[in-house]
Amino acid sequence: MKHLLSIEQLSRAEIEAILDRAESFAEVGRRDIKKVPTLRGRTVVSLFYESSTRTSSSFDLAAKRLSADLVSVKAAGSSVEKGESLKDTIATLSAYDPAAIVIRHPYAGAAQMVANWTSAAVVNAGDGKHEHPSQALLDVYTLRRRLGSLEGVKIWIVGDVLHSRVARSNLIAFARMGAEVTVCGPPTLIPRGIETLGCEVAFTLDGIEEADVVYALRMQKERMSESFVPSLREYAANFQIDTRRLNPRQLLMHPGPVNRGVELSGEAIDSPQSLIAEQVAAGLVVRMAILYELLAGAEQAPSGDGEGSAPTPIGTPA
Amino acid sequence: MSLTDALDVRAGEDAHLVLRRATVLDPVAGIDAVHDVVVRNGEIAALAAPGEADADGAEVVEAEGLHAFPAFFDPHVHLRTPGQEHKEDVETGTRAAAAGGYCGIIAMANTQPPVSTAADVTALREQARAGASVPVGFLATVTKAMQGSELTEMVELREAGALGFSDDGLPIVDAGVMRRALQYQHLCGGNIALHEEDPRLSRDGAMHEGPVSAALGVAGIPSVSESTMVARDAALAGYEAARIHVQHLSAAESVEAVRAAKAAGVRISAEASPHHLCLTDEAVRGLDPHRAKMNPPLREERDRQALIDGLRDGTVECIATDHAPHQPEEKDVPFEQAAMGVTGLETAFAALHTELVLPGTIDLALLVERLAGGAEPFDLERPSLAPGSEANVVLCDLGAEWTVGEDGYESRSANSWCAGQALTGRVLMTVAAGQVAFRLRSFSLGVAA
Repeated sequence: MKHLLSIEQLSRAEIEAILDRAESFAEVGRRDIKKVPTLRGRTVVSLFYESSTRTSSSFDLAAKRLSADLVSVKAAGSSVEKGESLKDTIATLSAYDPAAIVIRHPYAGAAQMVANWTSAAVVNAGDGKHEHPSQALLDVYTLRRRLGSLEGVKIWIVGDVLHSRVARSNLIAFARMGAEVTVCGPPTLIPRGIETLGCEVAFTLDGIEEADVVYALRMQKERMSESFVPSLREYAANFQIDTRRLNPRQLLMHPGPVNRGVELSGEAIDSPQSLIAEQVAAGLVVRMAILYELLAGAEQAPSGDGEGSAPTPIGTPA
Repeated sequence: MSLTDALDVRAGEDAHLVLRRATVLDPVAGIDAVHDVVVRNGEIAALAAPGEADADGAEVVEAEGLHAFPAFFDPHVHLRTPGQEHKEDVETGTRAAAAGGYCGIIAMANTQPPVSTAADVTALREQARAGASVPVGFLATVTKAMQGSELTEMVELREAGALGFSDDGLPIVDAGVMRRALQYQHLCGGNIALHEEDPRLSRDGAMHEGPVSAALGVAGIPSVSESTMVARDAALAGYEAARIHVQHLSAAESVEAVRAAKAAGVRISAEASPHHLCLTDEAVRGLDPHRAKMNPPLREERDRQALIDGLRDGTVECIATDHAPHQPEEKDVPFEQAAMGVTGLETAFAALHTELVLPGTIDLALLVERLAGGAEPFDLERPSLAPGSEANVVLCDLGAEWTVGEDGYESRSANSWCAGQALTGRVLMTVAAGQVAFRLRSFSLGVAA
């Protein structure tokens, strides 16, 4: 695997390989010294054209835990504000000979284009409303740890599917891992033709009791002004996941950041069924695994204690 | 009117040619046989028996095994001048047209600034007389600065030589303004060419709305964005007994709307572009902005089939390239940010011959008829090979294989929708308004064919 541009490009076996690698990094994370030397001397560029807390911080920390030199560029305050094109920005950053470029961009296909312009490995950290593959991988990782397998698991993705790259990547990833996916939301926020990706479509929460996992999406406030829904109040009345609608057997997920009281009730977020905190924790180890697979996975076997495990932490006696 | 009467072209020497033993096909004139085609004094002087024409000082072109058709006419070209000459101008755009086998083109008015005054039209016509390889007609905008609110001085524009009117690039959203333009047509004449799109349905769409846009997360432009406007304007044209030409049809529903309007007696003509006839939104999957980003967008297979059916039954009387040159920096950006449009003049015949004729989808005769079908909707004589006609001839080698872009382009821009594609069938020579407008270099050196 040269780049991680989409979930669409990954086979089930490739997804599992990344998740297995992430398991081994979770083990490293429990040690006192959480850093491994794998990417020592190599450079990772993180280039974010959109605001992000979870994704950018976890990719940054993942690169550091792997001992890479990290250059973090945010569009705000950079030459992007002066009108530099994406192509020229990539040419500039490529002059540092980075091993990897992690990019988030507001438009679909940006990561793919970057991959054509640089010799670095490119990681898509979100391209427009297209894909967000590392999110899907960390969500599959979180569920796999909890459930063992996604085979036959019923997952409902609820909310603004139309504007969500998470919905697209996750429904592809969940389906590829054997889950049965339903997307649910008001008809104005369900893209025409989405069922061709291999999911069911529901316009109400009727039947959500069949779900093993409820995955709620962020409802953006600006959608109100564009008449996608009449009001947040009406949206919440019909689609909010609260403890009344959630039964105790079901697991709850959300990619963050949450609008409390809109797509999720505060109670549901803080309930024991909620995996939201686990998702964030998974983000770090899964992103370490992604960088490892792209930059070290192919050429060198891990120098740790056996197949599939992480390299020896720095400072650990050999 | 003949092309030279109504359009502007650089003055040059009349060709004196004998195309020896050419396979001559002009389905409208009922010609389908091997002849010596004699071109003299700006006319098709004779179609002589093969090998029989007297050279009489003419250049003799050995055309055995080659096809001579009426040269093509494109009613929809963006020459980008004034304002965007880094993309194209009259000289480069008409060279591209000549290389594609065209004997005439109509330039759109959505330049910067748009062609909205008599002075704009006069200046462009002068440019064409100075540097156009093939005759060019210029449209003026329907509304001032394409704002969609006030009509241009349509009578004066016509007197200055505007062939007709179009706000192409933008729809005329206000039905009341559209109606006034159609009423005023009874005074000023000239066809009105319409870019049919409801921007409130297209919103920020960048491709066709359907399963592919759902998979890519790119906002979609629904088919009804086009078809509802076609239906609206057909109704208005019928009501006002006016005449309209609908541009670049893309959706099955639009073809149906045109068919129904024609059946109801509305004076409506329609065009389809080579890329809509050859590609579907599956071509967008790679999010390549160079080849697959245009407005209207590439739609689904059912739409493509509907356009082909429209060509067959005459609902769509002509093929128009919507040749839309752009520079690399406008295309080397993520798909949703990229400029809309692709070039098409130099590849239309070869692409359609390769994609539609060779697989047997349509006959060669139908393709030839539709490629020249864009003249009549604008009150121009259809190019013809009947003796006595103005000499507008294209000579093609139907067996020639070539790769698009291998020798560069005559156009100033390289954003061809079929760049790098291997095509079969090539234009070797174009005679436009009696003059030799183009010769493929390898052919004139005697290398090709």
